[in-house]
Amino acid sequence: MRSIKNHLSLVIALLSILFSMQIFIIVDRSLEAYKENLVSNYSVIIVSQKRLIRDEILGINTIISDMKELEPNNVVERLNSGMDKKNIEFLKLTLPKFYKLSLAHYPTPREIERLTRDLMNNPLIVKVENFSHMHDITYKLLLLFKAVVSVFAISIFIVTSLLIFKELKIWQFKHTERMNIMGLFGAPVWLRSAVLFRLAIVDALISSGLAFGLFDYLSSNLFILEQFLNIGISVVIFNPIDDFILLLSVSLALSILLASLIVLGHKEEV
Amino acid sequence: MDKVIIAKEISLSYSNNETIINKANISIDSGSFVFITGASGSGKSTLLKSFYGALRPHQGSLIVGGVELKKVSAKKLNFLRRHIGIVFQDYKLVKEWTIEKNIMLPLIINGYDKSVTKAQVDTLLKHVRLKHQLGKYPRELSGGEQQRVAMARALAHNPIMILADEPTGNLDDYSSQLIWNLLEGAHAQLKTTVIVVTHHIPASFNVDYKHFHIEYGSINAVN
Repeated sequence: MRSIKNHLSLVIALLSILFSMQIFIIVDRSLEAYKENLVSNYSVIIVSQKRLIRDEILGINTIISDMKELEPNNVVERLNSGMDKKNIEFLKLTLPKFYKLSLAHYPTPREIERLTRDLMNNPLIVKVENFSHMHDITYKLLLLFKAVVSVFAISIFIVTSLLIFKELKIWQFKHTERMNIMGLFGAPVWLRSAVLFRLAIVDALISSGLAFGLFDYLSSNLFILEQFLNIGISVVIFNPIDDFILLLSVSLALSILLASLIVLGHKEEV
Repeated sequence: MDKVIIAKEISLSYSNNETIINKANISIDSGSFVFITGASGSGKSTLLKSFYGALRPHQGSLIVGGVELKKVSAKKLNFLRRHIGIVFQDYKLVKEWTIEKNIMLPLIINGYDKSVTKAQVDTLLKHVRLKHQLGKYPRELSGGEQQRVAMARALAHNPIMILADEPTGNLDDYSSQLIWNLLEGAHAQLKTTVIVVTHHIPASFNVDYKHFHIEYGSINAVN
């Protein structure tokens, strides 16, 4: 019981840090996936009097990933009432050319502005439609969501840091006496601190193990997976290798830092 | 005879700068039994602390076991302390360790083999008559029993010197007698230097001893 109590306080503090960190990672991944989703539905339309060369247009700005010519048939069909075939063919030739540009990633408003300017610098392009109003609303929503999540993550970080700091004080109090006694019998610093580091490492392993169990369960939870499918994205909630290594590293680094601070701050009692 | 402690003109003080021991001299022969007495607050414990390097003299020279303690490195101080056994008035046992592990502490620090450690702890527990308490924690023992554990710990690694700060200060007669017997035994059988800080030298004490008295910051030899 006593031994469980010794571990519980640091394990809880570490676990809450790992939890908030992984949640932040999941939200970040979701946002990235959502952006990818948006970019596949977002495009810029350009209008030109003459046929454009694909490679030249792709070279205007690195954000342009593809260019496709829009068939004029749809426009012509709407106008063809009573027109004979010859006139329709002539109309097709005289109509301006419409192109759809696909982008490499979801652009920021500034990137859209720059892209429009770059495109308009080309003398063949007479019009650029970037749907900036619709883009701005979506982009601002994304930014708002990211800001809310960041505030949440920072709040969790502050609260858990306070928890860790409190734990540091308790540990200092708990271990200083033993370290003093060991020092009086000539124990070198590494031996005096060995118990502390062992405890820190064990707690880090326990908390990362618990975090692994929790996120492994969540990553296969149907309800959660369904929520992501509902917004049309697929996100890796927990990668059992990469994410676990990250969680374990953070947990170990934090607890070893905590133990080191105690050892460095330790002064022999007189 | 070899000197285990040589203090010349040492002055000791705590951080508040009030000098407790002022330009005092003392030398202690190796293998001797020494009592240091004095009134409360005279500086007996302060002097003893300087012998194991917990307090450094800000003036003078203090050599313990051949090591100059005024400016000693942590490594050298640890080496010296590994050859000293200390008994404190407040026992200084590690609360979260069993009495067995507490006694083992100097043996672990000195790198003794596990089997030797176990055998030595068994013998010492018999000597301090606490064999039946094996596996218990300090909080489960009386004050007298805790001091006997502390005594066993001080003797565990056969130190060259035992420093005892009022070891029987708060003990009943039975435990006090046991502590004195152990100190006498270590001195007689192992030729260990024993330095005891106390208010009163026990009347029934049968060993040849040297007596120093501290008054007004100076150390005076009584016999």
